[in-house]
Amino acid sequence: MKQNKQYLLLIIPALIVSLAFFLLPMAKLLWLSLTEQHGISYWYILTKPVYLKSLGSTFLLSAVVTITSLVIATIVGLFLTRHAFRGKSILVAMLSFPLVFPGVVIGFFVIMLAGRQGLFAELGLALTGERWTLAYSIAGLFIGYLYFSIPRVVLTVMGAAEKLDHNLIEAGRSLGANRWQLLRDVTLPALTPGLISSGSICFATSMGAFGTAFTLATNLNVLPMTIYTEFTLNANFAMAAALSLILGFITWLCLTIARRQGGSSLGMGG
Amino acid sequence: MNNASTSVAITLKQVQKTFSDGTLALKPLDLHIEKGEILVLLGPSGCGKTTTLRLIAGLEFCDQGGQILFGDRDVTSIAIEQRRVGMVFQSYALFPNMNVSENIAYGLRVRGESKALKEKKVQEMLTLFDLEPYAERGIDQLSGGQRQRVALARAIITEPEVLLLDEPLSALDALLKKRLRTDINALLKRLGITAVYVTHDQEEAMAMGDRIAVLDRGDIAQIGTAEDIYLSPKSEFVANFIGQMNHFDGLLHGQALSFKSNFMALPEALYSTHKEGERLRCMTRPEDMRLIAFEDATLKGAVFHSVFLGDRTRVLVSVEGVTELLHVDCFERKRYSRGDRVGLLVPPLRVVLLPTKETEDMPC
Amino acid sequence: MKKGMSFYFQLAFTLLVCAFLIVPIFMSITAGLTNNYFVGVKSGLTLRWVYQVWGLYSDTIWLTINIALVTTLVNLCVGVPCAYYLARTRSKLSAFLDECLTLPIAIPGMAIALGLISVYGGISEFRMSWLFILVGHVIFTLPFMVKSVLAVLQSINFRVLEEGAASLGASFWQRFFHIIVPNCKTGIVSGVLMTLTLSAGEFNLTWMLHTPLTKTLPVGLADSYASMRLEVSSAYTLIFLGMILPLLMAAQWLNRKPKRTA
Ligand SMILES: Nc1ncnc2c1ncn2[C@@H]1O[C@H](COP(=O)(O)OP(=O)(O)OP(=O)(O)O)[C@@H](O)[C@H]1O
Ligand SMILES: [Mg+2]
Repeated sequence: MKQNKQYLLLIIPALIVSLAFFLLPMAKLLWLSLTEQHGISYWYILTKPVYLKSLGSTFLLSAVVTITSLVIATIVGLFLTRHAFRGKSILVAMLSFPLVFPGVVIGFFVIMLAGRQGLFAELGLALTGERWTLAYSIAGLFIGYLYFSIPRVVLTVMGAAEKLDHNLIEAGRSLGANRWQLLRDVTLPALTPGLISSGSICFATSMGAFGTAFTLATNLNVLPMTIYTEFTLNANFAMAAALSLILGFITWLCLTIARRQGGSSLGMGG
Repeated sequence: MNNASTSVAITLKQVQKTFSDGTLALKPLDLHIEKGEILVLLGPSGCGKTTTLRLIAGLEFCDQGGQILFGDRDVTSIAIEQRRVGMVFQSYALFPNMNVSENIAYGLRVRGESKALKEKKVQEMLTLFDLEPYAERGIDQLSGGQRQRVALARAIITEPEVLLLDEPLSALDALLKKRLRTDINALLKRLGITAVYVTHDQEEAMAMGDRIAVLDRGDIAQIGTAEDIYLSPKSEFVANFIGQMNHFDGLLHGQALSFKSNFMALPEALYSTHKEGERLRCMTRPEDMRLIAFEDATLKGAVFHSVFLGDRTRVLVSVEGVTELLHVDCFERKRYSRGDRVGLLVPPLRVVLLPTKETEDMPC
Repeated sequence: MKKGMSFYFQLAFTLLVCAFLIVPIFMSITAGLTNNYFVGVKSGLTLRWVYQVWGLYSDTIWLTINIALVTTLVNLCVGVPCAYYLARTRSKLSAFLDECLTLPIAIPGMAIALGLISVYGGISEFRMSWLFILVGHVIFTLPFMVKSVLAVLQSINFRVLEEGAASLGASFWQRFFHIIVPNCKTGIVSGVLMTLTLSAGEFNLTWMLHTPLTKTLPVGLADSYASMRLEVSSAYTLIFLGMILPLLMAAQWLNRKPKRTA
């Protein structure tokens, strides 16, 4: 039909942008990582402890952050949906702001909380006479990652909990289930898809979070920092490309899982 | 306002539609609609009414070999925006981003008409459809009936050559439906516009159309005036679709149709065209049959059940030799109870006879 | 229901979590306005640090605003027609395009930045200009624009509206601008807000793409966090929050408004 031509006109800009500035660069990256000494970078990643350790610790940190934020956010999310109180809507609105804060700012917030002049330091000084500084260690990263993970899960849990059929709970209660049994048998199963979806988004975001780690300049070599060092200090483009492709593949996998579960892939901060 | 000058006849020649997924929605169809005529497309869900209408509109294109003419103009491959049709959609398709007057004026706006002309014609339409108080309202602030009127006003303001309406009343309640269909009919007649009106409601079809085309699985089963179709349906499908029918089989015996001990006299026109001893299917409408005294009748039976319907009483009668219960409408205020012995009178001219297919002999 | 122990425990926990999220924001706002953070608020409030940041970093702020606006403009021109196409057709091409457009959400900014540098890094004119950052931002934010317009399109019956307009004689482009665009206004507006917010705060890509002459606000922030005293960093963060919070509030307000029935 002749109208098809006009429809094509509509996507030409998008096609050009996507091809020229996304597909082509990604293809080039793949090409570079594979051709440099027959893809020796991948071999190094699998064998050299620096890279393996970086990959492993990033993975571990992200997993711990994800699980912690799932637990915390489920408690908070369920509480916020079940109880109405004054100022709740403002609270919920504020909870959603950190979703789009860039990683650098979150890193700075961690410094504010747990840095040398931070809140925890003052607290420690008052309590034990010793400044608690967590910001520049793995604990700082953990706090920062929690900061951008919690809001996402809270919002998902609230969305799912609002849709939860209240009759189910009532039916459960009529059958004599107690609170814990209800949580285990009714509420949590209903939240599971949302938790899986937002959990995998958290995991992906944590894996790729660069800004926070960059600001805290920790001694911990998380994957994005490793990539950055390879690129700038060692000028090893092939290695940086290979690492970032592996990272990209992992995050893509997580987000595919999330999409399967029907989650929207809300903004990636970090 | 009068569209008589602009409206044209519509001719469909061998128009067939196969969808891209292979569905044959319309078998080759020939149809001629006179200038100024209202044709109703009637049929059960999925029979191809909307498809036919969309082909005429230019929202779908027919398979190779078909041809659609507006007057002498061949519009077969012309897109809808150049066909000069007016269309009223089932969901009205009013633009939520525009208010009532902007919606009505839209056809003139895309034609680049002057502001003065637009205002004048919109005013005309608002008056014609009693919409003046709502001119500035948004679409979501209108009732169903008002939306319907806006949709109609929007469609006719450009004085289209043909007007196409796809179940325009189906979203309204029964009472409003009845009132609006008379209004629309009067309006279309006054405008003298050629119109194709789709509905699956037979009562609406009979109230609206000059002619009715009954569609059955992508094919025209019968086309004709309401009387034609009601009184002499050409097939059981048509007979069943319009009004209620009693069907029963009998054997032709001389000048009558016999059912074991009972028989029913036939007019010459009917018995002379069939062979002696042939099994025939007889169809009559409940309101055509009458209950008479048992003794006077040649067709005798017993009341099985009776239902009081207000303006009439529907009596179900079982007759020996007839498998089905016969439905009879009785307009006298008389009460029947189960087991009453009654006679049936069937006016011979109100009977439709069709040969039975031997394969589906005596359904139970 | 009687509020028991468990209610108060949960309330306390929730408030604690909220405090964790909100307190740092207020801390950095106060720090940016105090004379000497080490001494505390009692050292007096001042705008000194804000002025100092303005003097040092105003060019990054202007560049950020500039890039955010141009990114939005590009997204409007590219994303809205594309969303319409995706809503309208179900072909192999549209499935492919959909996949290509969502992928940048899943790929970390670093990878995209490295890819862009590997392909276009050699063209120094381009590499040195802010357009290089713009390209990264467009790739990163375009999916959000497309998704938010697409969501609205899928919730209204735009096909029949379009058929209605066509039956009245509207051409393809008239239909697009008179019917489609106004009716997905809410999606476009929330897409615009999203683009502005994300572009203004984008760091991962931008850090790799920037040059000393093309520093955006988040790049400047990272710079100041590394080298400036806490009050200056806080004041700078304050300015950033001042830019981004109105956008977030607008988006919240937009989502809360009951949707019009189409
Ligand atoms: N776009 C399409 N693709 C494939 N098949 C279609 C399409 N549109 C309609 N059909 C099929 O064509 C046949 C006729 O459809 P049509 O919409 O014309 O029915 P209708 O008579 O208007 O029914 P209703 O009273 O339910 O509106 C149906 O079997 C339908 O499934
Ligand atoms: Mg239909």
